[in-house]
Amino acid sequence: MRPSFVRGGRRAAAVVLVLGLLGGCATHQRPDPFESVNRKVFGFNETVDEYVLAPVARGYRNVVPDMARTGVTNFFNNLRDLWSSVNALLQGDLEKSGQDWMRFSVNTVLGFGGVVDWASRMGLDPHYEDLGQTFGVWGMEPGAYLVLPLLGPSTARDTLALPADFYAYPDQWVTPAEASYGLLAWRVVNTRADLLDAGKLLGDISLDKYTFVRDGYLQRRRSQVYNGSPPTEDGERYDLPEHTAPGEGTPSPGAVVPPAGASAPRPAASAPAAGL
Amino acid sequence: MLKRHFLLRLAASGLAAWTLVQAPAQAQGETPDALVMRVSTEVIDAARADPAIQAGDVNRVMTLVDGKVMPHVNFQRMTASAVGRYWRQATPEQQQKLQAEFKTLLVRTYAGALAQVKEQTVQLKPFRAKPEDQEVVVRTEVRGKGEPTQLDYRMEKRTDGWKIYDVNVLGVWLVENYRNSFAQEISAGGIDGLIAKLAERNKSAGGGKG
Repeated sequence: MRPSFVRGGRRAAAVVLVLGLLGGCATHQRPDPFESVNRKVFGFNETVDEYVLAPVARGYRNVVPDMARTGVTNFFNNLRDLWSSVNALLQGDLEKSGQDWMRFSVNTVLGFGGVVDWASRMGLDPHYEDLGQTFGVWGMEPGAYLVLPLLGPSTARDTLALPADFYAYPDQWVTPAEASYGLLAWRVVNTRADLLDAGKLLGDISLDKYTFVRDGYLQRRRSQVYNGSPPTEDGERYDLPEHTAPGEGTPSPGAVVPPAGASAPRPAASAPAAGL
Repeated sequence: MLKRHFLLRLAASGLAAWTLVQAPAQAQGETPDALVMRVSTEVIDAARADPAIQAGDVNRVMTLVDGKVMPHVNFQRMTASAVGRYWRQATPEQQQKLQAEFKTLLVRTYAGALAQVKEQTVQLKPFRAKPEDQEVVVRTEVRGKGEPTQLDYRMEKRTDGWKIYDVNVLGVWLVENYRNSFAQEISAGGIDGLIAKLAERNKSAGGGKG
């Protein structure tokens, strides 16, 4: 009988291998090679949301007063700050790590275990670093876009980080298991209640919800890895005639053709940025 | 003697003040960050003062956004950017229709986001641009309860002032985000198919219930 750590190690190796393959399938031009499967899972998630989660969240929102819900949100966000501090450290950002640690300490001690968010009022902003972003900062590409059952949009990279990102919340460390499930359910319902209006807006403004959510998720993750300033590619100006000569187009041709004498355009990212 | 000295000084400072008010020619147009702050503050103040908007009336917000924000937006560039290379294949009539429908969609998007803003203020983040830049990014943050929301604007300088041509909410550039969706619709039903889809989306969103 092989020792358990070998069996566990093999399983882990298999997971890493599969995810590595998944990662390799995607390119900058084709970030969603598993689209047909993803769409089905997305459809499943939407159905569960429409018939189970959203109604429960609506009920919860109707029954629980705003202030209480804010307290619950603060409580779970506080746990997230702790994990964020660890990740900022892993990314080498000591200042950010220290700030999130301060947030966690202040809110836990002075905020009744995190229910009151004093730190934000003190000017300490949350950074919400997670392991998926840490992998990105370390240079890992996002890999293929994946829609996970019930968990929603992800990428190969973020899925690799998922076990850690999932269990980083101390509410999962609680025994017995029923208590941790209960806390998880509470966290999910509370978050969904916070997002009810945004969810409806999303339905109104997207032509194809799947595509819109996917592109938004990928853009947002990339922005998060770069902490709000991802390198941009200067796109072609379709509203101007092709090959506009300097000075001929509408005022300020901008990035396409640098007019002589104007300042140099902002340096475009060299080659389409590798899908980070 | 003292009185005259005083009067002379008063006249001098009055003259100086008057000159400042006349200001150098470049101040005739606002800087892009000042423009964003002014309009954002106006919109939020107006939203806060209107009880119908506070009650969640998105159509009211849309009217507000239409009046205060849209004059500062370059819709042609936004629409062309979202439609991509197919824009040049579209007839002027199709381009007009695309622009009109996309504008309604964007106003609804912006208004919908604004409708969720309560007790919140806009803060400008450090603005990095050279005075001669023709295209800039203005970064702001919407702050209220809890986490600040990133809200950035890509702006270009035109003869009639700075115009917005893309908006970033929480790390997502909106116009970019529509590109794949638009391309999808165009490959399914051509440009007319896209126009029809946009019109249908605008109609159902306008009549749908929350």
